[in-house]
Amino acid sequence: MRIPVIVIGAGPAGLAMSHQLMENGLDHVVLERGEVANSWRIERWDSLRLLTPNWMSGLPGHRYRGDDPDGFMTASEAATFLDEYQRTFAAPVMTHVAVERVERTGQGFEVTTDAGLWQCDAVVAATGASSEPRIPVLAAEMPKRIEQLTALRYRNPSALAREGSVLVVGASASGIQIADELRRAGRDVTIAIGEHVRLPRSYRGRDIYWWLDRIGQLDERYDEVDDIERARRHASVQLVGSEDHRTLDLNALSESGVQLVARLVKVIGTTAQFSGALANLAANADLKQTRLLDRIDAFVAATAFDGEVFSPLRPPPTRLATVPTELDLSAFSTVIWATGYRPSYSWLDPSARDHRGRVAHDGGVADFAGLYLLGLPFMRRRGSNLIGGVGADVADMCTHLRGYLDVRARSRGGYSVTR
Amino acid sequence: MTQTNTPMVDNGVNIEAIRGARQALTDAPAAAQFQWRAQCEWVRGTHSRTTVSDFFGLGQNHAHRQPYIVEADHPEIFASEDNGATPPEIVLAALASCLTAGVATVASNRGVQLRSVTATIEAGMDLQGILGIDGDVRNGFDAIKVTYDIDADASRSDLEAIVAQSQKRSAVFDIVTNPTTVTVGLA
Repeated sequence: MRIPVIVIGAGPAGLAMSHQLMENGLDHVVLERGEVANSWRIERWDSLRLLTPNWMSGLPGHRYRGDDPDGFMTASEAATFLDEYQRTFAAPVMTHVAVERVERTGQGFEVTTDAGLWQCDAVVAATGASSEPRIPVLAAEMPKRIEQLTALRYRNPSALAREGSVLVVGASASGIQIADELRRAGRDVTIAIGEHVRLPRSYRGRDIYWWLDRIGQLDERYDEVDDIERARRHASVQLVGSEDHRTLDLNALSESGVQLVARLVKVIGTTAQFSGALANLAANADLKQTRLLDRIDAFVAATAFDGEVFSPLRPPPTRLATVPTELDLSAFSTVIWATGYRPSYSWLDPSARDHRGRVAHDGGVADFAGLYLLGLPFMRRRGSNLIGGVGADVADMCTHLRGYLDVRARSRGGYSVTR
Repeated sequence: MTQTNTPMVDNGVNIEAIRGARQALTDAPAAAQFQWRAQCEWVRGTHSRTTVSDFFGLGQNHAHRQPYIVEADHPEIFASEDNGATPPEIVLAALASCLTAGVATVASNRGVQLRSVTATIEAGMDLQGILGIDGDVRNGFDAIKVTYDIDADASRSDLEAIVAQSQKRSAVFDIVTNPTTVTVGLA
């Protein structure tokens, strides 16, 4: 079958792109390995909620219309929200079609799936930023007795080995949320902390994302920052979306009895060694938080916003008691790797990938003509990987894609891709 | 935050050269492979003399402008002659000087003119470790504390950020805070 555009993945980015393509009259199909919003259904832990408030979950042509705009959707509510979105414009999604290979041919791309072969002119990879867990190589050094799982496989406290302490490695959103949940379930929990980004859930009476949106931070473009590679590598913010809108930071974790240690750097026998640099990393995260809150205060002052917001109440600096640099793993039953995720393009033409499997791109336009990426952190804007941030990206991307198809059509002599 | 319009400051750091080197080594990662060397000669008792004279980097050997000598010994209360700093003190000197070089570099990169920078460094050690009195006590420091006193044209929070960044880019900070595989053997 031949079609101008194939979108891979029916999550927020893939559906938003489909909507945009439809608005532009561009014929396409969305291939999805499972159901719409598949990873929201099967690759999230049970209690997970979005980090952004409901009012931000706007996609092109679809907004949240529930009665709790300031609340946070659960993963299954997010899946339902995307189901509704798909139905509103009858997105041409083919579910349970797994893409096995995408190869460049003389005529464009050949897409091999477990349900047949497609030809197309352009491919949009909307498979997300979290296809695979990143696991440090020292995982192999862990005592064999210890159960290991990743944040992608973690479901709830009762699914873990029943006895023993738990080491959560990584203190971004996933790590702190899992450590907190396990502690609340009565487990002995230690969390290993590397470079991290902290922000309060709310500030001056408003949700932190309300401020990030308001001061324009989420719209910062990828070609406007000093070092985009570094910005893209940043860990996700220590935040949780919860019914009580609480702040979950290292102070909250240590107050609840979670033991804080620095980055896990070595495992020798049953001894785990941790870096001695946590004080520096915590000070750095505190400084960056202060800088952002200063920016919000400056915005408030400059826009005469004062009457409408509370006075500034700064979160206290990270308190660190004596932080051990060594732990005996004998008492531990479980290690959870919350050490980040990465996209997977293993199905993609090897010539489109570098030696580490990554696809070089300029704001989502791959250095491989006709290939487009979506949903990656800071892909085009700081908010690129948020549900509410994908709309602006697909508009840009569709414009580029349309230009690409037109050039191809002209060079082919009149074949029109536009219905 | 890196400033794009860096004001002219003179801390004696050639920032343009450092930025150039960063770019050059990004493009040619093989040239970034360095090897540092030292030679230590026993003198007498606990007194030793370490000479550093050459190193490898950018694909070739380089000589220091002149050989540098570090004298190490133990103090008289250990029945030694105190011909030099103790090895742990030399580690502290290495850490403080590495961080201080970082402070100067980061400050220059951010356009901050420094007038004076003093690092005070303290580190506790329980001698029951190296003397083998208590097997549960480690040989090394129990903790290290570095305190900076900086006089510069910058706010306290900017100086805090400079000090934080100097740790992030410091070799010796990494060496003392993270484990390193060490092998010691006979030639």
